[in-house]
Amino acid sequence: MLSVIDLQKSFDQFKAVTKANLEVGQGEIVAVIGPNGAGKSTLFKLIGGHLKPDKGRIVFKGKDIAGLAPHQICRLGVSLSFQIVNVFHRLTVFENVQVAVLSRLRLALDLITPARGLAIEETQEILNSVGLTNVGNRVSGSLSHGEQKVLEIAIALGTNPELLILDEPTAGMSPEETFATIKLLEHLNADMGLTILFCEHDIELVFSFANKIMVMRQGISIVQGPPDEVRDNQQVREAYLGGAN
Amino acid sequence: MVERQNLVASGYSRLTWLAIGLGFLIILAVSPLFLPRFFTYLLALILITGLVTTSLNIALGFGGMYQFHHAVFYGVGAYTVALMLTKTSLPPALGFILGPIVSGILALVMGMICVRLSKLYFGMLQLSLGSLVWVLVFRWYSFTGGDDGLHGVPVPKLISSVSGSYYFTLIVTVICLILMYVILNAPFGRILQAIRDNPERSESVGVQVRLHQLVTQVIAGFFAGVAGVLFVTVEGSTFPDMMSWTLSLEFLIMCLLGGWFTFLGPMLGATIIVSLRTLLGGYTEYWTMVLAIILMLLIFFLPEGVLGYFEGLYRRRSASLAEDR
Repeated sequence: MLSVIDLQKSFDQFKAVTKANLEVGQGEIVAVIGPNGAGKSTLFKLIGGHLKPDKGRIVFKGKDIAGLAPHQICRLGVSLSFQIVNVFHRLTVFENVQVAVLSRLRLALDLITPARGLAIEETQEILNSVGLTNVGNRVSGSLSHGEQKVLEIAIALGTNPELLILDEPTAGMSPEETFATIKLLEHLNADMGLTILFCEHDIELVFSFANKIMVMRQGISIVQGPPDEVRDNQQVREAYLGGAN
Repeated sequence: MVERQNLVASGYSRLTWLAIGLGFLIILAVSPLFLPRFFTYLLALILITGLVTTSLNIALGFGGMYQFHHAVFYGVGAYTVALMLTKTSLPPALGFILGPIVSGILALVMGMICVRLSKLYFGMLQLSLGSLVWVLVFRWYSFTGGDDGLHGVPVPKLISSVSGSYYFTLIVTVICLILMYVILNAPFGRILQAIRDNPERSESVGVQVRLHQLVTQVIAGFFAGVAGVLFVTVEGSTFPDMMSWTLSLEFLIMCLLGGWFTFLGPMLGATIIVSLRTLLGGYTEYWTMVLAIILMLLIFFLPEGVLGYFEGLYRRRSASLAEDR
Protein backbone atom coordinates (compact mmCIF):
# COMPACT_ATOMS: atom_id res chain seq x y z
CA MET A 1 0.00 0.00 0.00
CA LEU A 2 2.76 2.40 1.01
CA SER A 3 6.38 2.03 0.04
CA VAL A 4 9.11 4.40 1.07
CA ILE A 5 12.25 3.92 -0.97
CA ASP A 6 15.66 5.38 -0.05
CA LEU A 7 14.19 8.55 1.33
CA GLN A 8 16.54 11.35 2.27
CA LYS A 9 16.05 14.73 3.93
CA SER A 10 18.54 17.14 5.41
CA PHE A 11 18.16 20.44 7.21
CA ASP A 12 21.08 22.67 6.35
CA GLN A 13 24.03 20.36 6.99
CA PHE A 14 22.23 17.93 9.25
CA LYS A 15 20.88 14.76 7.68
CA ALA A 16 17.68 13.99 9.59
CA VAL A 17 16.75 11.10 7.35
CA THR A 18 19.58 9.51 5.40
CA LYS A 19 18.17 6.36 3.91
CA ALA A 20 14.72 5.33 5.02
CA ASN A 21 12.92 2.31 3.63
CA LEU A 22 9.48 1.21 4.69
CA GLU A 23 6.81 -1.17 3.44
CA VAL A 24 3.25 -0.96 4.71
CA GLY A 25 0.74 -3.52 3.43
CA GLN A 26 -3.02 -3.20 3.30
CA GLY A 27 -4.63 -3.77 6.71
CA GLU A 28 -1.37 -3.96 8.66
CA ILE A 29 -0.34 -2.25 11.86
CA VAL A 30 3.22 -1.09 11.37
CA ALA A 31 5.38 0.54 14.02
CA VAL A 32 8.49 2.60 13.59
CA ILE A 33 10.86 2.63 16.55
CA GLY A 34 14.23 4.11 17.23
CA PRO A 35 16.07 6.29 19.72
CA ASN A 36 15.44 10.03 19.98
CA GLY A 37 16.59 11.86 16.89
CA ALA A 38 16.44 8.76 14.73
CA GLY A 39 14.27 10.63 12.22
CA LYS A 40 10.87 9.08 12.93
CA SER A 41 8.90 12.30 13.05
CA THR A 42 10.73 13.65 10.03
CA LEU A 43 9.88 10.49 8.13
CA PHE A 44 6.19 10.89 8.96
CA LYS A 45 6.19 14.55 7.99
CA LEU A 46 7.79 13.60 4.68
CA ILE A 47 5.07 11.04 4.02
CA GLY A 48 2.35 13.54 5.01
CA GLY A 49 3.77 16.18 2.69
CA HIS A 50 4.67 18.69 5.40
CA LEU A 51 8.29 18.39 4.34
CA LYS A 52 9.68 17.81 0.88
CA PRO A 53 12.22 14.99 0.52
CA ASP A 54 15.62 15.67 -1.06
CA LYS A 55 15.84 12.24 -2.63
CA GLY A 56 13.93 9.00 -2.77
CA ARG A 57 10.38 7.94 -3.50
CA ILE A 58 7.16 7.60 -1.55
CA VAL A 59 4.65 5.41 -3.36
CA PHE A 60 1.09 5.19 -2.11
CA LYS A 61 -1.23 2.80 -3.95
CA GLY A 62 1.01 2.88 -7.00
CA LYS A 63 1.30 6.66 -7.14
CA ASP A 64 4.42 8.64 -6.31
CA ILE A 65 3.33 11.15 -3.70
CA ALA A 66 6.74 12.58 -2.78
CA GLY A 67 6.60 16.36 -2.88
CA LEU A 68 2.81 16.69 -3.09
CA ALA A 69 1.09 19.21 -0.82
CA PRO A 70 -0.44 17.94 2.44
CA HIS A 71 -4.00 18.54 1.29
CA GLN A 72 -3.40 16.52 -1.88
CA ILE A 73 -1.95 13.62 0.08
CA CYS A 74 -4.89 13.80 2.45
CA ARG A 75 -7.32 13.55 -0.47
CA LEU A 76 -5.61 10.34 -1.56
CA GLY A 77 -6.45 8.70 1.76
CA VAL A 78 -3.50 9.33 4.04
CA SER A 79 -4.13 11.02 7.35
CA LEU A 80 -1.34 12.22 9.61
CA SER A 81 -1.65 13.20 13.23
CA PHE A 82 1.15 14.90 15.03
CA GLN A 83 3.30 14.15 18.02
CA ILE A 84 2.50 17.34 19.90
CA VAL A 85 -1.17 17.90 20.59
CA ASN A 86 -2.50 19.61 17.53
CA VAL A 87 -6.22 20.24 17.75
CA PHE A 88 -8.25 23.33 16.85
CA HIS A 89 -8.26 24.57 20.41
CA ARG A 90 -10.89 27.31 20.18
CA LEU A 91 -13.46 25.12 18.45
CA THR A 92 -15.66 22.61 20.25
CA VAL A 93 -14.85 18.91 20.07
CA PHE A 94 -17.74 18.43 17.68
CA GLU A 95 -16.55 21.25 15.41
CA ASN A 96 -13.02 19.86 15.44
CA VAL A 97 -14.17 16.66 13.79
CA GLN A 98 -16.80 18.40 11.67
CA VAL A 99 -14.13 20.59 10.08
CA ALA A 100 -12.34 17.50 8.82
CA VAL A 101 -15.57 16.02 7.46
CA LEU A 102 -16.58 19.30 5.78
CA SER A 103 -13.19 19.54 4.17
CA ARG A 104 -13.48 15.99 2.85
CA LEU A 105 -16.94 16.68 1.45
CA ARG A 106 -15.33 19.59 -0.42
CA LEU A 107 -17.51 22.15 1.30
CA ALA A 108 -14.59 24.34 2.37
CA LEU A 109 -15.60 27.20 0.08
CA ASP A 110 -19.34 27.03 0.81
CA LEU A 111 -20.19 30.55 1.96
CA ILE A 112 -23.92 30.21 2.53
CA THR A 113 -25.20 26.97 4.05
CA PRO A 114 -25.23 27.11 7.87
CA ALA A 115 -22.53 24.73 9.06
CA ARG A 116 -24.47 23.63 12.12
CA GLY A 117 -26.77 21.56 9.89
CA LEU A 118 -24.03 19.86 7.89
CA ALA A 119 -22.30 16.50 8.34
CA ILE A 120 -23.97 16.06 11.72
CA GLU A 121 -24.55 12.32 11.61
CA GLU A 122 -21.15 11.42 10.30
CA THR A 123 -19.40 13.60 12.86
CA GLN A 124 -21.52 12.15 15.63
CA GLU A 125 -20.67 8.64 14.47
CA ILE A 126 -16.96 9.34 14.63
CA LEU A 127 -17.29 10.84 18.10
CA ASN A 128 -19.21 7.74 19.16
CA SER A 129 -16.58 5.41 17.79
CA VAL A 130 -13.78 7.06 19.76
CA GLY A 131 -15.90 7.66 22.86
CA LEU A 132 -15.94 11.47 22.92
CA THR A 133 -19.70 11.91 22.52
CA ASN A 134 -20.30 13.27 26.00
CA VAL A 135 -17.74 16.06 25.63
CA GLY A 136 -18.89 17.05 22.13
CA ASN A 137 -19.91 20.57 23.16
CA ARG A 138 -16.79 21.37 25.16
CA VAL A 139 -14.15 23.68 23.75
CA SER A 140 -11.37 21.32 22.78
CA GLY A 141 -8.66 23.42 24.44
CA SER A 142 -10.25 22.62 27.80
CA LEU A 143 -9.98 18.84 27.44
CA SER A 144 -7.41 16.76 29.28
CA HIS A 145 -4.24 15.83 27.47
CA GLY A 146 -5.41 12.26 26.97
CA GLU A 147 -8.76 13.36 25.56
CA GLN A 148 -7.03 15.74 23.17
CA LYS A 149 -4.85 12.92 21.88
CA VAL A 150 -7.99 10.86 21.24
CA LEU A 151 -9.55 13.87 19.54
CA GLU A 152 -6.50 13.93 17.27
CA ILE A 153 -7.41 10.45 16.10
CA ALA A 154 -11.05 11.51 15.67
CA ILE A 155 -10.03 14.47 13.49
CA ALA A 156 -7.89 12.13 11.41
CA LEU A 157 -10.88 9.79 11.00
CA GLY A 158 -12.96 12.70 9.72
CA THR A 159 -11.01 12.64 6.48
CA ASN A 160 -12.01 8.99 6.02
CA PRO A 161 -8.47 7.75 5.50
CA GLU A 162 -7.24 4.35 4.37
CA LEU A 163 -3.87 4.85 5.99
CA LEU A 164 -3.71 6.42 9.43
CA ILE A 165 -0.30 7.74 10.45
CA LEU A 166 0.09 8.49 14.15
CA ASP A 167 3.16 10.09 15.67
CA GLU A 168 3.30 8.76 19.23
CA PRO A 169 -0.45 8.37 19.76
CA THR A 170 -0.13 7.58 23.47
CA ALA A 171 2.60 10.04 24.45
CA GLY A 172 1.91 11.50 27.88
CA MET A 173 -1.09 9.28 28.54
CA SER A 174 -1.83 7.48 31.78
CA PRO A 175 -1.66 3.65 31.61
CA GLU A 176 -5.48 3.45 31.52
CA GLU A 177 -5.72 5.97 28.69
CA THR A 178 -2.96 4.18 26.81
CA PHE A 179 -4.81 0.89 27.14
CA ALA A 180 -8.06 2.45 25.91
CA THR A 181 -6.30 4.08 22.97
CA ILE A 182 -4.68 0.82 21.93
CA LYS A 183 -8.06 -0.91 22.12
CA LEU A 184 -9.48 1.87 19.96
CA LEU A 185 -6.74 1.50 17.36
CA GLU A 186 -7.19 -2.28 17.30
CA HIS A 187 -10.89 -1.75 16.76
CA LEU A 188 -10.26 0.69 13.90
CA ASN A 189 -7.87 -1.77 12.32
CA ALA A 190 -9.95 -4.91 12.75
CA ASP A 191 -13.49 -3.60 12.22
CA MET A 192 -13.03 -0.64 9.92
CA GLY A 193 -10.12 -1.99 7.91
CA LEU A 194 -7.80 0.92 8.57
CA THR A 195 -4.11 0.49 7.93
CA ILE A 196 -2.12 2.03 10.75
CA LEU A 197 1.44 3.32 10.78
CA PHE A 198 2.70 4.71 14.06
CA CYS A 199 5.78 5.37 16.10
CA GLU A 200 6.07 4.94 19.81
CA HIS A 201 8.53 5.05 22.68
CA ASP A 202 6.98 2.29 24.73
CA ILE A 203 8.74 -0.81 23.39
CA GLU A 204 6.57 -3.30 25.24
CA LEU A 205 3.51 -1.72 23.69
CA VAL A 206 4.96 -1.84 20.21
CA PHE A 207 5.93 -5.48 20.40
CA SER A 208 2.53 -6.54 21.71
CA PHE A 209 0.51 -4.50 19.25
CA ALA A 210 2.24 -4.15 15.86
CA ASN A 211 2.25 -6.71 13.04
CA LYS A 212 5.47 -5.35 11.67
CA ILE A 213 8.22 -3.17 13.10
CA MET A 214 10.73 -0.95 11.38
CA VAL A 215 13.78 0.16 13.34
CA MET A 216 15.50 3.44 12.58
CA ARG A 217 18.81 4.73 13.80
CA GLN A 218 20.46 8.00 12.85
CA GLY A 219 18.20 8.44 9.89
CA ILE A 220 18.77 4.99 8.47
CA SER A 221 16.25 2.15 8.59
CA ILE A 222 18.13 -0.85 9.93
CA VAL A 223 15.57 -3.58 9.62
CA GLN A 224 11.89 -4.21 9.06
CA GLY A 225 9.96 -7.35 9.89
CA PRO A 226 7.59 -9.11 12.28
CA PRO A 227 8.21 -8.46 16.02
CA ASP A 228 9.99 -11.76 16.68
CA GLU A 229 12.41 -11.29 13.84
CA VAL A 230 13.19 -7.74 14.93
CA ARG A 231 13.69 -8.81 18.53
CA ASP A 232 16.29 -11.37 17.47
CA ASN A 233 18.15 -9.09 15.10
CA GLN A 234 21.68 -8.50 16.31
CA GLN A 235 21.95 -4.99 14.92
CA VAL A 236 18.76 -3.93 16.63
CA ARG A 237 19.95 -5.28 19.94
CA GLU A 238 23.14 -3.29 19.65
CA ALA A 239 21.47 -0.16 18.43
CA TYR A 240 18.40 0.07 20.47
CA LEU A 241 17.45 -2.64 22.88
CA GLY A 242 20.80 -2.39 24.59
CA GLY A 243 23.61 -4.81 23.81
CA ALA A 244 23.59 -6.14 27.38
CA ASN A 245 20.81 -8.67 26.94
CA MET B 1 -30.51 13.33 25.44
CA VAL B 2 -27.69 15.72 26.18
CA GLU B 3 -27.81 16.84 22.59
CA ARG B 4 -31.51 17.60 22.66
CA GLN B 5 -31.25 19.69 25.81
CA ASN B 6 -28.55 21.72 24.20
CA LEU B 7 -30.54 22.25 21.06
CA VAL B 8 -33.48 23.54 23.07
CA ALA B 9 -31.25 25.78 25.14
CA SER B 10 -29.45 27.27 22.14
CA GLY B 11 -32.74 27.65 20.26
CA TYR B 12 -34.15 29.62 23.14
CA SER B 13 -31.17 31.92 23.40
CA ARG B 14 -31.12 32.40 19.65
CA LEU B 15 -34.69 33.69 19.76
CA THR B 16 -33.83 36.00 22.64
CA TRP B 17 -30.89 37.40 20.75
CA LEU B 18 -33.00 37.89 17.66
CA ALA B 19 -35.53 39.87 19.71
CA ILE B 20 -32.79 42.01 21.24
CA GLY B 21 -31.30 42.62 17.81
CA LEU B 22 -34.65 43.64 16.36
CA GLY B 23 -35.35 45.98 19.26
CA PHE B 24 -31.96 47.57 18.75
CA LEU B 25 -32.63 47.96 15.06
CA ILE B 26 -35.94 49.70 15.71
CA ILE B 27 -34.23 52.13 18.08
CA LEU B 28 -31.60 52.85 15.43
CA ALA B 29 -34.31 53.30 12.80
CA VAL B 30 -36.33 55.86 14.73
CA SER B 31 -33.46 57.70 16.41
CA PRO B 32 -32.97 60.34 13.64
CA LEU B 33 -36.50 61.50 14.40
CA PHE B 34 -35.45 62.52 17.92
CA LEU B 35 -31.72 63.09 17.80
CA PRO B 36 -30.03 66.33 16.74
CA ARG B 37 -28.46 66.20 13.31
CA PHE B 38 -24.96 65.92 14.73
CA PHE B 39 -25.77 62.75 16.61
CA THR B 40 -27.43 61.19 13.59
CA TYR B 41 -24.22 61.90 11.73
CA LEU B 42 -22.22 60.40 14.59
CA LEU B 43 -24.35 57.26 14.56
CA ALA B 44 -23.74 56.86 10.83
CA LEU B 45 -20.02 57.26 11.43
CA ILE B 46 -20.14 54.60 14.16
CA LEU B 47 -21.98 52.19 11.87
CA ILE B 48 -19.46 52.71 9.09
CA THR B 49 -16.47 52.29 11.39
CA GLY B 50 -18.14 49.23 12.90
CA LEU B 51 -18.58 47.77 9.42
CA VAL B 52 -14.87 48.24 8.60
CA THR B 53 -13.77 46.72 11.89
CA THR B 54 -16.13 43.78 11.52
CA SER B 55 -14.73 43.12 8.05
CA LEU B 56 -11.22 43.47 9.45
CA ASN B 57 -12.08 40.98 12.14
CA ILE B 58 -13.02 38.32 9.57
CA ALA B 59 -9.34 38.16 8.69
CA LEU B 60 -8.00 39.04 12.15
CA GLY B 61 -10.13 37.31 14.78
CA PHE B 62 -11.70 34.54 12.73
CA GLY B 63 -8.86 33.97 10.28
CA GLY B 64 -5.92 34.62 12.59
CA MET B 65 -4.22 36.71 9.91
CA TYR B 66 -2.14 39.74 10.83
CA GLN B 67 -4.27 42.21 8.94
CA PHE B 68 -2.11 45.26 9.65
CA HIS B 69 -3.27 47.53 6.87
CA HIS B 70 -6.99 47.11 6.47
CA ALA B 71 -7.67 50.84 6.00
CA VAL B 72 -6.29 50.59 2.49
CA PHE B 73 -9.35 48.67 1.31
CA TYR B 74 -11.60 51.15 3.09
CA GLY B 75 -9.87 54.10 1.40
CA VAL B 76 -9.76 52.52 -2.04
CA GLY B 77 -13.50 51.82 -1.91
CA ALA B 78 -14.10 55.44 -0.97
CA TYR B 79 -11.80 56.85 -3.65
CA THR B 80 -13.30 54.60 -6.32
CA VAL B 81 -16.82 55.86 -5.77
CA ALA B 82 -15.66 59.47 -5.28
CA LEU B 83 -13.67 59.44 -8.51
CA MET B 84 -16.50 57.77 -10.42
CA LEU B 85 -18.96 60.41 -9.23
CA THR B 86 -16.71 63.43 -9.80
CA LYS B 87 -14.77 62.49 -12.92
CA THR B 88 -17.22 60.45 -15.00
CA SER B 89 -20.79 60.83 -16.07
CA LEU B 90 -21.55 57.15 -15.61
CA PRO B 91 -24.65 56.34 -13.53
CA PRO B 92 -23.90 56.89 -9.81
CA ALA B 93 -25.18 53.40 -8.93
CA LEU B 94 -22.30 51.93 -10.92
CA GLY B 95 -19.82 53.83 -8.74
CA PHE B 96 -21.47 52.54 -5.60
CA ILE B 97 -21.19 48.96 -6.86
CA LEU B 98 -17.67 49.35 -8.23
CA GLY B 99 -16.24 50.72 -4.96
CA PRO B 100 -16.38 47.42 -3.06
CA ILE B 101 -15.45 45.44 -6.17
CA VAL B 102 -12.28 47.44 -6.73
CA SER B 103 -11.41 46.99 -3.05
CA GLY B 104 -11.99 43.27 -3.45
CA ILE B 105 -9.73 43.14 -6.50
CA LEU B 106 -7.01 45.06 -4.66
CA ALA B 107 -7.35 42.62 -1.76
CA LEU B 108 -7.00 39.75 -4.24
CA VAL B 109 -3.85 41.18 -5.80
CA MET B 110 -2.25 42.11 -2.46
CA GLY B 111 -3.41 38.80 -1.01
CA MET B 112 -1.78 36.79 -3.78
CA ILE B 113 1.53 38.34 -2.81
CA CYS B 114 1.00 38.28 0.96
CA VAL B 115 -0.57 34.91 1.78
CA ARG B 116 2.61 33.12 0.74
CA LEU B 117 4.07 34.43 3.96
CA SER B 118 2.77 33.59 7.37
CA LYS B 119 1.96 35.51 10.52
CA LEU B 120 4.08 38.58 11.14
CA TYR B 121 5.66 38.53 7.69
CA PHE B 122 2.23 38.58 6.13
CA GLY B 123 1.37 41.64 8.21
CA MET B 124 4.57 43.50 7.39
CA LEU B 125 4.23 42.86 3.67
CA GLN B 126 0.62 43.99 3.72
CA LEU B 127 1.69 47.12 5.57
CA SER B 128 4.30 47.98 2.96
CA LEU B 129 2.11 47.23 -0.05
CA GLY B 130 -0.72 49.22 1.53
CA SER B 131 1.60 52.16 2.16
CA LEU B 132 2.53 52.03 -1.49
CA VAL B 133 -1.12 52.54 -2.41
CA TRP B 134 -1.34 55.35 0.13
CA VAL B 135 1.69 57.15 -1.35
CA LEU B 136 0.20 56.83 -4.79
CA VAL B 137 -3.03 58.46 -3.67
CA PHE B 138 -1.19 61.04 -1.58
CA ARG B 139 1.09 62.19 -4.40
CA TRP B 140 -1.05 61.95 -7.50
CA TYR B 141 -2.52 65.47 -7.22
CA SER B 142 -4.06 65.66 -10.68
CA PHE B 143 -6.07 62.48 -10.22
CA THR B 144 -6.78 61.97 -6.51
CA GLY B 145 -6.44 65.52 -5.22
CA GLY B 146 -3.34 64.55 -3.24
CA ASP B 147 -3.36 65.43 0.44
CA ASP B 148 -6.44 67.63 -0.07
CA GLY B 149 -8.53 64.65 -1.04
CA LEU B 150 -11.74 64.97 -3.03
CA HIS B 151 -14.47 67.22 -1.75
CA GLY B 152 -18.01 67.99 -2.72
CA VAL B 153 -18.62 64.58 -4.24
CA PRO B 154 -22.02 64.78 -5.96
CA VAL B 155 -23.84 62.09 -4.01
CA PRO B 156 -27.37 61.36 -5.40
CA LYS B 157 -30.04 63.58 -3.78
CA LEU B 158 -32.01 60.78 -2.17
CA ILE B 159 -29.13 59.74 0.09
CA SER B 160 -27.18 62.97 0.49
CA SER B 161 -29.11 64.55 3.36
CA VAL B 162 -28.09 63.73 6.94
CA SER B 163 -31.04 61.43 7.56
CA GLY B 164 -30.99 60.07 3.99
CA SER B 165 -27.34 59.07 4.24
CA TYR B 166 -27.99 57.70 7.73
CA TYR B 167 -30.76 55.38 6.56
CA PHE B 168 -28.73 54.29 3.55
CA THR B 169 -25.80 53.52 5.88
CA LEU B 170 -28.01 51.68 8.35
CA ILE B 171 -29.63 49.46 5.73
CA VAL B 172 -26.39 48.63 3.92
CA THR B 173 -24.53 48.00 7.18
CA VAL B 174 -27.21 45.64 8.47
CA ILE B 175 -27.26 43.72 5.19
CA CYS B 176 -23.46 43.45 5.22
CA LEU B 177 -23.40 42.30 8.84
CA ILE B 178 -25.95 39.60 8.05
CA LEU B 179 -23.93 38.47 5.03
CA MET B 180 -20.72 38.34 7.06
CA TYR B 181 -22.49 36.44 9.82
CA VAL B 182 -23.78 33.89 7.32
CA ILE B 183 -20.32 33.48 5.79
CA LEU B 184 -18.67 32.98 9.16
CA ASN B 185 -21.21 30.34 10.14
CA ALA B 186 -21.03 28.48 6.85
CA PRO B 187 -18.42 25.75 6.34
CA PHE B 188 -16.11 28.42 4.96
CA GLY B 189 -16.13 30.33 8.25
CA ARG B 190 -15.80 27.25 10.39
CA ILE B 191 -12.79 26.02 8.45
CA LEU B 192 -11.34 29.54 8.57
CA GLN B 193 -11.41 29.32 12.36
CA ALA B 194 -9.77 25.92 12.18
CA ILE B 195 -6.98 27.48 10.11
CA ARG B 196 -6.63 30.23 12.71
CA ASP B 197 -6.23 27.66 15.46
CA ASN B 198 -3.90 25.40 13.56
CA PRO B 199 -2.92 25.94 9.92
CA GLU B 200 -0.66 22.91 9.76
CA ARG B 201 -3.33 20.55 11.00
CA SER B 202 -5.90 22.12 8.65
CA GLU B 203 -3.64 21.29 5.74
CA SER B 204 -3.40 17.69 6.82
CA VAL B 205 -7.18 17.31 6.87
CA GLY B 206 -7.25 18.43 3.26
CA VAL B 207 -7.83 22.18 3.47
CA GLN B 208 -6.10 24.40 0.93
CA VAL B 209 -4.96 26.93 3.50
CA ARG B 210 -3.49 29.54 1.15
CA LEU B 211 -6.53 29.54 -1.11
CA HIS B 212 -8.81 29.83 1.90
CA GLN B 213 -6.84 32.78 3.21
CA LEU B 214 -6.89 34.45 -0.18
CA VAL B 215 -10.68 34.20 -0.37
CA THR B 216 -10.81 35.62 3.16
CA GLN B 217 -8.77 38.60 2.02
CA VAL B 218 -11.15 39.26 -0.85
CA ILE B 219 -14.21 39.04 1.40
CA ALA B 220 -12.70 41.30 4.07
CA GLY B 221 -11.50 43.77 1.43
CA PHE B 222 -14.89 43.83 -0.26
CA PHE B 223 -16.81 44.71 2.90
CA ALA B 224 -14.22 47.33 3.84
CA GLY B 225 -14.85 48.80 0.41
CA VAL B 226 -18.57 48.94 1.17
CA ALA B 227 -17.76 50.93 4.31
CA GLY B 228 -15.59 53.29 2.27
CA VAL B 229 -18.49 53.91 -0.10
CA LEU B 230 -20.77 54.64 2.85
CA PHE B 231 -18.24 57.11 4.21
CA VAL B 232 -18.35 59.08 0.96
CA THR B 233 -22.15 59.05 1.12
CA VAL B 234 -22.11 60.53 4.62
CA GLU B 235 -19.17 62.92 4.32
CA GLY B 236 -19.28 63.81 0.65
CA SER B 237 -15.49 63.72 0.59
CA THR B 238 -12.43 61.48 0.81
CA PHE B 239 -8.90 62.13 1.94
CA PRO B 240 -5.67 60.10 1.99
CA ASP B 241 -5.76 59.69 5.76
CA MET B 242 -8.51 57.13 5.15
CA MET B 243 -5.82 54.69 4.10
CA SER B 244 -3.05 55.72 6.45
CA TRP B 245 -1.53 53.02 8.60
CA THR B 246 -2.42 54.92 11.77
CA LEU B 247 -6.08 54.47 10.91
CA SER B 248 -5.43 50.77 10.35
CA LEU B 249 -3.95 50.66 13.82
CA GLU B 250 -7.02 52.34 15.24
CA PHE B 251 -9.23 49.72 13.57
CA LEU B 252 -7.07 47.00 15.11
CA ILE B 253 -7.45 48.55 18.55
CA MET B 254 -11.23 48.69 18.11
CA CYS B 255 -11.29 44.96 17.32
CA LEU B 256 -9.17 44.14 20.35
CA LEU B 257 -11.20 46.41 22.60
CA GLY B 258 -14.55 45.01 21.56
CA GLY B 259 -13.46 41.39 21.50
CA TRP B 260 -11.83 39.90 18.45
CA PHE B 261 -13.12 36.37 18.94
CA THR B 262 -16.72 37.59 18.87
CA PHE B 263 -18.77 38.66 15.89
CA LEU B 264 -20.18 41.90 17.29
CA GLY B 265 -17.12 42.82 19.36
CA PRO B 266 -15.53 45.04 16.69
CA MET B 267 -18.82 46.94 16.30
CA LEU B 268 -18.84 47.55 20.06
CA GLY B 269 -15.18 48.60 20.00
CA ALA B 270 -15.88 51.03 17.16
CA THR B 271 -18.84 52.46 19.10
CA ILE B 272 -16.74 53.05 22.19
CA ILE B 273 -13.76 54.60 20.44
CA VAL B 274 -15.62 56.75 17.92
CA SER B 275 -17.92 58.09 20.67
CA LEU B 276 -15.04 58.78 23.04
CA ARG B 277 -12.98 60.45 20.35
CA THR B 278 -15.86 62.68 19.33
CA LEU B 279 -16.89 63.56 22.88
CA LEU B 280 -13.41 63.91 24.40
CA GLY B 281 -11.95 65.44 21.25
CA GLY B 282 -13.96 68.53 22.07
CA TYR B 283 -12.21 68.96 25.43
CA THR B 284 -8.65 67.93 24.79
CA GLU B 285 -6.30 67.67 21.87
CA TYR B 286 -4.49 64.83 23.61
CA TRP B 287 -7.12 62.31 22.63
CA THR B 288 -4.48 59.75 21.67
CA MET B 289 -3.32 59.71 25.31
CA VAL B 290 -6.77 58.52 26.33
CA LEU B 291 -6.54 55.89 23.62
CA ALA B 292 -3.19 54.73 24.97
CA ILE B 293 -4.57 54.39 28.48
CA ILE B 294 -7.56 52.42 27.18
CA LEU B 295 -5.18 50.16 25.32
CA MET B 296 -3.05 49.49 28.40
CA LEU B 297 -6.05 48.75 30.60
CA LEU B 298 -7.36 46.48 27.88
CA ILE B 299 -4.18 44.45 27.62
CA PHE B 300 -3.97 43.95 31.36
CA PHE B 301 -7.59 43.41 32.32
CA LEU B 302 -9.60 42.38 29.26
CA PRO B 303 -7.34 40.40 26.94
CA GLU B 304 -10.38 38.98 25.17
CA GLY B 305 -12.05 42.38 24.77
CA VAL B 306 -15.22 43.75 26.33
CA LEU B 307 -17.66 41.47 24.56
CA GLY B 308 -15.28 38.53 24.88
CA TYR B 309 -15.24 39.11 28.63
CA PHE B 310 -19.02 39.08 28.93
CA GLU B 311 -19.31 36.10 26.61
CA GLY B 312 -16.91 34.23 28.87
CA LEU B 313 -19.04 35.12 31.90
CA TYR B 314 -22.17 33.98 30.09
CA ARG B 315 -20.57 30.71 29.01
CA ARG B 316 -19.34 29.94 32.51
CA ARG B 317 -22.78 30.63 33.93
CA SER B 318 -24.56 28.37 31.46
CA ALA B 319 -21.93 25.70 32.04
CA SER B 320 -22.59 25.75 35.77
CA LEU B 321 -26.33 25.72 35.10
CA ALA B 322 -25.88 22.68 32.88
CA GLU B 323 -23.96 20.93 35.63
CA ASP B 324 -26.73 21.66 38.12
CA ARG B 325 -29.24 19.99 35.87
